[in-house]
Amino acid sequence: MLQLKNVKKSFVEPNGHLLPVLNIPDFAVKRGGQVVIVGRSGCGKTTLLHAIAGIGRVDEGVVEVDGINIVGLAESVRDRFRADTIGYIFQTFNLLPAFTALENVKLGMTFSRGSKDPARARQLLERVGLGHRLTHKPTMLSVGEQQRVAVARALANRPQLLLADEPTANVDSGNQQHIVDLIRETCEEEQVCLVMVTHAPEVAEQFERVEQLESINQVRAEQHHEQMDNRLA
Amino acid sequence: MSKWTIAWRSIQRRGLASSLTTLSMALGVMLVVAVVSIHGVVEQSFRNNSGLGYNMIVGAKGGQLQLVLNTVFYLSQPVENILYEHYLEFLSASDIEQYRRAVGMDELGEPRDGKYAKFTSFAIPVCLGDYFGHFRVVGTTPQLFENFVYDAVEGKKYEFERGRNFVTNGEEYGYFECVVGAKVARDRELEIGSEIAATHGDPEGELHNDHPFTVVGILKVSGTPNDRAVFVNIEGFYLMDGHAKPIEKPSVEKGVESDALATSEEISDKEAIPASEADAHGNHREHVETPTSAPQFRPLSIPEREVTAILIKTINQVVQPGLTNIINEAPVAQAASPVAEIFALFNVIVRPIKQTLLVLTIVICIVSGVSILVSIYNSMSDRRHEIAVMRALGAGRSTVMMVVLFESIMLSLGGGLLGWLVGHGLIGLASPTIEDRTGVTIGFFDFPSVNINENPYVNVDWLLTAINGLREGLGFDPISSLPLPTELWLIPGLVLLAIVVGLLPALAAYRTDVAKALTSSP
Repeated sequence: MLQLKNVKKSFVEPNGHLLPVLNIPDFAVKRGGQVVIVGRSGCGKTTLLHAIAGIGRVDEGVVEVDGINIVGLAESVRDRFRADTIGYIFQTFNLLPAFTALENVKLGMTFSRGSKDPARARQLLERVGLGHRLTHKPTMLSVGEQQRVAVARALANRPQLLLADEPTANVDSGNQQHIVDLIRETCEEEQVCLVMVTHAPEVAEQFERVEQLESINQVRAEQHHEQMDNRLA
Repeated sequence: MSKWTIAWRSIQRRGLASSLTTLSMALGVMLVVAVVSIHGVVEQSFRNNSGLGYNMIVGAKGGQLQLVLNTVFYLSQPVENILYEHYLEFLSASDIEQYRRAVGMDELGEPRDGKYAKFTSFAIPVCLGDYFGHFRVVGTTPQLFENFVYDAVEGKKYEFERGRNFVTNGEEYGYFECVVGAKVARDRELEIGSEIAATHGDPEGELHNDHPFTVVGILKVSGTPNDRAVFVNIEGFYLMDGHAKPIEKPSVEKGVESDALATSEEISDKEAIPASEADAHGNHREHVETPTSAPQFRPLSIPEREVTAILIKTINQVVQPGLTNIINEAPVAQAASPVAEIFALFNVIVRPIKQTLLVLTIVICIVSGVSILVSIYNSMSDRRHEIAVMRALGAGRSTVMMVVLFESIMLSLGGGLLGWLVGHGLIGLASPTIEDRTGVTIGFFDFPSVNINENPYVNVDWLLTAINGLREGLGFDPISSLPLPTELWLIPGLVLLAIVVGLLPALAAYRTDVAKALTSSP
């Protein structure tokens, strides 16, 4: 389902030097598979997810999702491909504040070419336990509820691949387990391939497959951290 | 979920800023509506006044515009007078005979057709120079309000709100009856039976309190300058102090056509009142006590009479130029075409003012449009994160760009709609006052229309070319009967403005770096 080969990504520093972030020779997840990637903050986890989602271009390599190398796609085609194929859960939820819970979920299916069945948005919210909060705006929801809406939104377009970027980082421990269970169970039910990034060991240990980013990413961790520190300084 | 819904939610999220921006646009559009409506009222008012019911004014030599302004609009200083004999040249023998009987005098001499009678449908004399307060007093004949169609297009006649037309020589008030315009009656609180004393030559001039006129009729609002005038019987007008032309012997005026019906010389020998009987003002009236009551006045003799202007309707438009030339070539009088003068004035003065006002209001709209630009652009740092989220969910660059443009269009059209409603609401509220003052009816849903071929505000050459092509292609004119409401231009105008001002923030949305915006704090 997901295949990365020789993917390299660097950022240009203000002084013009290149800062390598990703150098992944090979990484793959089978259809319906679930993998968690762990690593220190700033080691490139989010950049990896962006590369898989086609949000940011990689410098070289192949990012193949459902048999299609998205690196070679034009940006507009890549956007549409993302809308049709990929779901994304953000660490900070990123619900749009002007929209109700139901509208936020509908937004997840707005840009895809697939079915825009409004009943699915409602079903998903009921599935995550928010059937009674359909018309609530994000500011009227608790943090845990907001993240559950984000989960429902990410699944609204019936994605083949779900990318979750530290989905439990901003929720309390009680909600953390609930969110993880929700994501995993839903992905199993809908045969969605899940790639979750986290730095929480208690989350990671629940997955059969746990990957250390440092082990799949050949950019030397020390070098990277040093350069990141310099950059921040 | 449509892009319009997303744009609407964005507007809702920035409620205060969006409201203020909409209000700004609403004010601009309200001004446009006001100017267009005022333009419509002014143009309609001009059209009402240019219909007139006559096509020629004859008066003393001088400026034609002054003659028209003075006679039609009662503006400017009164012009010089011309001899009454000149007026008689436009009457037929039967007209003269009829009038002679009505007046009860035989000074009009042997009735015979005037020199220009065969070209004249009617001729109405007008004497100006006196005032009632700041309103003009017009000495004329009852003919002005008898079957006189002042708006040929709509067949409008002067109607009476109360009372009746004055008569030349009434049983009750003799020669001293008058009719007042609607505004005069309202402002001076006149009723049927009220008495009016005019001042001579100036609102502050000497009061003609020797014999007042009695109001016998009050006109309905006509939207013409006649709403602001007092119409007195010309025979009574002549009998007021200082209105008789002093007779000089020999009294044949240089330049008067030799075939005038009755020269002052002839009259002076027969029926003119001896100078010794004139009063201190040279007025030659004779008081005759009747068995029943009031003193009877003897009308002025022909040589003592003058008129300020003659309102003439020729038998057709064809004879007008020739008749105008004949009159203008003679040394005494001039003929002017009121419609031509009014439209010349309209084009030279009123239309540029309208255009200037419209340009100013369009500039206000553009400034309001810029406020949309500022409002959206200032919120771009805030909405960049939302745009990035939508992009991450699969929205393309063009989609987020369209959402911003839609937001701009909604703000612009929303403001436009609000401004239109408020503008027309105010016009609806002011409608009774406008109608009262101008005679022009304009309601909430009235759109002042401007013929597309005459639209002075929008360069529609390209449209006219297209229309002409359409006419040729179809073999008939599909839109000739459809006047184009000027306000209709607001819709494409506002959309275009919104697109122009929304383009900059839309491009900013288009260029949003998704990865960077997602990692920055919302």
